[in-house]
Amino acid sequence: MSVPKAPRIWQLAERRYRLIGTQCLKCGRVFIGPRKICPQCGGRELRDIELPKRGKIYSYTVVRNPPVEREKQGPYIVAIVELENGCKLTAEIVDCSPEEIDIGTVVEAVFRKIGEEDKTGVIYYGCKFRPVK
Amino acid sequence: MNFGERIPAIYGWGSYIPIYRIKLDDIAKAWGEDPVVVKKGLEVEEISVKGPDEDQVTIAINAAWNALKRAPEVNPKDIGAIYVGSESKPYAVKPTATIVAAAIGAPVTIRAADYEFACKAGTEALISVIAQVASGMIKYGLAIGADTSQSWPGDVLEYTASAGGSAFIIGPKSNSSVAYFEAQYSVATDTPDFWRRDEIKYPRHMGRFTGEPAYFKHITLAAKELMEREGFKPSDFDYFIPHQPNGTFPIRVALKLGFKIEQVKPGLLSPLVGNFYSGSSLTGLSRVLDIAKPGQRILLVSYGSGAGADAFSIVTQEAIEEKKKLAPTVDYYVNRKKYIDYATYLRFSNKIYGL
Amino acid sequence: MSMRGEVAVIGVGMTKFGEHWDKQLRDLFVEAALEAIEDAQVDLRDIKAMFIGNMGSGLWVEQEHLGPLLADYLGIPGTPSLKIESACASSGMAFRLGVISVAVGLYDIVLVGGVEKTSDVTHGESIHHLASVADREWEAFYGMTLPALFALIAKRHMKQYGTTREQLAKVAVKNHKHGSYNPKAQFQRPISIEDVLNSPLVADPLRLLDCSPISDGAAVAIIARSDIARKFTDTPVYVLGSGVATDTIALHDRDDITTFKSIVLAAREAYKMAKVEPKDINVAEVHDSFTIAEILAYEDLGFVKKGEGGKLIDEGVTELGGKIPVNTSGGLKARGHSPGATGIAQIVEIVLQLRNDAGKRQVSNAEIGLTQNIGGSGASCVIHIFGNKR
Repeated sequence: MSVPKAPRIWQLAERRYRLIGTQCLKCGRVFIGPRKICPQCGGRELRDIELPKRGKIYSYTVVRNPPVEREKQGPYIVAIVELENGCKLTAEIVDCSPEEIDIGTVVEAVFRKIGEEDKTGVIYYGCKFRPVK
Repeated sequence: MNFGERIPAIYGWGSYIPIYRIKLDDIAKAWGEDPVVVKKGLEVEEISVKGPDEDQVTIAINAAWNALKRAPEVNPKDIGAIYVGSESKPYAVKPTATIVAAAIGAPVTIRAADYEFACKAGTEALISVIAQVASGMIKYGLAIGADTSQSWPGDVLEYTASAGGSAFIIGPKSNSSVAYFEAQYSVATDTPDFWRRDEIKYPRHMGRFTGEPAYFKHITLAAKELMEREGFKPSDFDYFIPHQPNGTFPIRVALKLGFKIEQVKPGLLSPLVGNFYSGSSLTGLSRVLDIAKPGQRILLVSYGSGAGADAFSIVTQEAIEEKKKLAPTVDYYVNRKKYIDYATYLRFSNKIYGL
Repeated sequence: MSMRGEVAVIGVGMTKFGEHWDKQLRDLFVEAALEAIEDAQVDLRDIKAMFIGNMGSGLWVEQEHLGPLLADYLGIPGTPSLKIESACASSGMAFRLGVISVAVGLYDIVLVGGVEKTSDVTHGESIHHLASVADREWEAFYGMTLPALFALIAKRHMKQYGTTREQLAKVAVKNHKHGSYNPKAQFQRPISIEDVLNSPLVADPLRLLDCSPISDGAAVAIIARSDIARKFTDTPVYVLGSGVATDTIALHDRDDITTFKSIVLAAREAYKMAKVEPKDINVAEVHDSFTIAEILAYEDLGFVKKGEGGKLIDEGVTELGGKIPVNTSGGLKARGHSPGATGIAQIVEIVLQLRNDAGKRQVSNAEIGLTQNIGGSGASCVIHIFGNKR
């Protein structure tokens, strides 16, 4: 069964922990993925940028048919979150039930476990978001 | 205590407690025990439970982020040491401290390690950071105590072992620091009151032996050592924060030492959230900093089985008022809760897979 | 040089879509290929090249290098043969490349096909493999699944345009009705709106009956230069237009998730090449991997304005007997969705329709047909327009 292995986890770990994206210096657009070329304007000058840890829910759903690595963990909420600077990313929404959120709910990042290779393997971490009250 | 020119002080403090709670009533019911008797003996109502996507690392980092929020003048790149104390690290080998370093943007030139000394691992981490600041080895340091405390299913510890932690950013005393350390003394002896063997998932303990010869003896020794050496009486302190394994021991040891209940209550969290092991007394400290006024004196005495105690004398400063609102308070985390039942508790604590 | 009308489909074949426990990937392909070769009345040795669409043979059955494998098992090793991958649009893309290779004069008769075998792993593993059509590092890593992506799209579409739960359900009901006339369909029993609304939730608001199955199956078409097509068949079906486009891999990198730019751009190219407009289409096979995807297709293909897709299904326009029947095969929902094979399966249906060979589900006077095949959450799209007159 294929799950990320240690080097592939390590390559992006710090970006995931600290919510570091890339910004195009030509058109200003910000992306969650590490980019060398801007997909909006084709610009070649991009820099790493620490993203705001707050945003709002752009759309969301409750996953009830999980992939094998998330089986037996119960349904979970996954969403596209639009951060305060306009950058959008995909993340779980936690510490709430689906009834407590909607499109537009303000959320903030928390540090959580995303998964692990298996009980003997590397654990991988990243950000999830919880509604701000 | 003579720290020289660089008096170690707290710049930022932060805590994190998971949202889930289980009532002692529900744990007792699962084991066929009388909840009234259980709660009376422990003076604890409910305890915090880590969520399925949480562990000691995530708790440590969420607490560290909160501490950083309260120290906006500290650039993470100026942190020279990160020490994390815990007895529930997800890796027996691979330090939580380096994951914390990556998550806060610390520089590559850093000292980092994890500490173990049962429930006083967190204060051990704090001692190392204090020493490195005072000696000039580092500009700032980060000390964390965090645990997802373990307990044998059905053991009395199950009623109090809970999840949570706190983090402290330490630097040389200045007008921006919120509280400085006056003194620090520790005691340690070889005492088998509570232990966990390598490769065994849950700790064992010696029941009533964990009281007088362990908890009470060492906290008393460390507290008395500090007060005698520094010339303090209990009335010189506004707050007394001992380690909190339950709701009764902290009050008993306080009264025994000559403190009043009003000095203990502000830092006493175990009745509502249980015992965070290495995060316990440090979160008591965090809560006291959330409400303290400038110019107040705190005696913090943690206890770790095995056994030992770390005593700190801390004095708050003017800058503390402005910093309080920069991050969620301990009360915020204590009051946000979702109750779960015992079956869910077993699943969340990974106990359902057996020994 | 325009590709319009240069290539014709001279034969088609496909397996039933479903769970083929006793067959392997290569067996499914050969079965469909032989049916197509028989239908085209060509000789195996006439086939000059093969383009095979497949999404995840490496993931599901640990087999890559399908090009030579399938040429070998078809009995013609040595024939140029290539696997093409574009998630669920793999075989639509394979068709396009086959058409291009014939249109430029490289080959005169080419086999284009698609095949997928997904039932040999557990359901949870299939969900994991399917998520490789999304951004593995920035979507799937965080728990996003393919149904979840479409659920996010559905939620926005419902909020922005007022599309309703019932309208989505009607898409599934229509396609099941059509599927009941298709002996190759995986599901041949009609369902009701209540059945859809009572089926278990998969990713809110999408329920089990909003989602196409993940099926085993294979589909094959034999294409030839139009000027020799009549040597093999009296009813060649001409490829009038072809269009392809991509979009960002991750849904969160798009400005508006209620439209698939890849469909809009691919359709523009296809309509232009074919010299037709949306209103000229008589019958269409669209990619209803999820009911919301069909609603989006109505809009992005230009059948209606953005946001009015729900109205179209309400009006019954896209049902058999309506003005533009969509998914007469049963669509991905009822005919089945074998990711690597779906693209060609759609083409099989349009070819049958334009040849007047669609039996109980024949659309009367069908002259121009369209197939629309997308990959993942619309990161790729390939569209073909067919006509029974050159």
